[in-house]
Amino acid sequence: MKVSELCERLGASAVTGPFDDRDVTKVYTSDLLSDVMGFAEEESLLITIQAHKNTIAVASQLDMPAIVICNGRKVPDDMRESAVQEKITLLTTKDSQYTASTKVYLALSGA
Amino acid sequence: MPNRFPISTEAVDKTPVATMEIILRLKVKDAMVTNVLAAKKSDTLREIQMMMKENEISGVPVLDENRLVGMISVNDIINALDRNYIHDKAEKHMVRNLIVLEDDMPLTFAVSYFNKYTYRRFPVINKEKEFVGILSTKDVLAAMLFEMNKEINALESRLTSVRADMPNQIVQEFVIKRFDFENAGTASFQLKKLLKEKSVDRKVLRRASVAAYELEINVAIHTFGGTITFIFDKDRITIIAKDNGPGILNVDEVCEEGFSTANEWIRSLGFGAGMGLPNTKRVSDDFSITSQVGVGTTVTSVIFLEAKDESE
Repeated sequence: MKVSELCERLGASAVTGPFDDRDVTKVYTSDLLSDVMGFAEEESLLITIQAHKNTIAVASQLDMPAIVICNGRKVPDDMRESAVQEKITLLTTKDSQYTASTKVYLALSGA
Repeated sequence: MPNRFPISTEAVDKTPVATMEIILRLKVKDAMVTNVLAAKKSDTLREIQMMMKENEISGVPVLDENRLVGMISVNDIINALDRNYIHDKAEKHMVRNLIVLEDDMPLTFAVSYFNKYTYRRFPVINKEKEFVGILSTKDVLAAMLFEMNKEINALESRLTSVRADMPNQIVQEFVIKRFDFENAGTASFQLKKLLKEKSVDRKVLRRASVAAYELEINVAIHTFGGTITFIFDKDRITIIAKDNGPGILNVDEVCEEGFSTANEWIRSLGFGAGMGLPNTKRVSDDFSITSQVGVGTTVTSVIFLEAKDESE
């Protein structure tokens, strides 16, 4: 499913992008960046509450198409700038990580 | 109108590689201005004249929905005043044979257009032929300066870019300051870029990125600062993180998953889960750590370019 479609299904708002509107097939939910670094598959969508620049650095290492920032956390300017630079789509939602993950799961499984 | 005074491109042929790379990397959409005032084809020339005056602009694109159908310039307005048709609709007098750029074109292409024609700006359309912006010579300059600044920043953060002991070996060294999360990731980003250029296997690239990033973050979080060095050989990448203390008492302990000395602040950033060194060890083909309390720690990770299966 395209990032833009997922954004719609989540009722999320796009802070940056969508860039090239990439396809999402894999997802990883975690607030521990070193856990993401160690165990998330490449090109996964990341669902997290970590709204800071280092999240972009990790996502870029893993060539992630998009990040969903949960619980309505504010995205700082330097994070947004670095997301633009790395062409990573940043979405924000008021949902918790659990709710966002469930919505993404349902969307990807065609429900 | 063809440009009678084109810039000599002789100098461009001798441009340093880094500058050429920057120019080639940029696309029209990276430089163009997107929030552009536009007129409707049903607007009168008088309305467009006012629009130009109020906003101090000298050319306005004319749109039909999202499609670019023409341009009105100050010259067209002067003609309208001169020949008494300023109250006519734009569509009657606008220039229709436009030379346009596409947003996906490389910026070099745009530069050659500026050279070829006398126009100081070109309208930009996307693949769907919708109007998306305007590119002027000023925008090209601004985009290139911005990109050059970025490149120079990256170059400056490198201590020594080439200091190879062996032929065919590339060595890059980066300084990492304590608690400098702002720039954490700079070194591993450069590593990733170089490995991409060398078309290294994706899985190997990812493992090297993980090792480099974890070690970089480690130096920033846990030490007084240090350096990270990448050594590229024909068959392997060696990543060496060397810091200036405080040193580790028990090096076996720190390699256990979950062992952490990080404080609340670092944990709140999503680090300090006690996974940095275990992650690094897991992705390395060869891993070693030596430390002396009061002196410093050196972690070495070796990754062979011949892909090994990732056990995930």
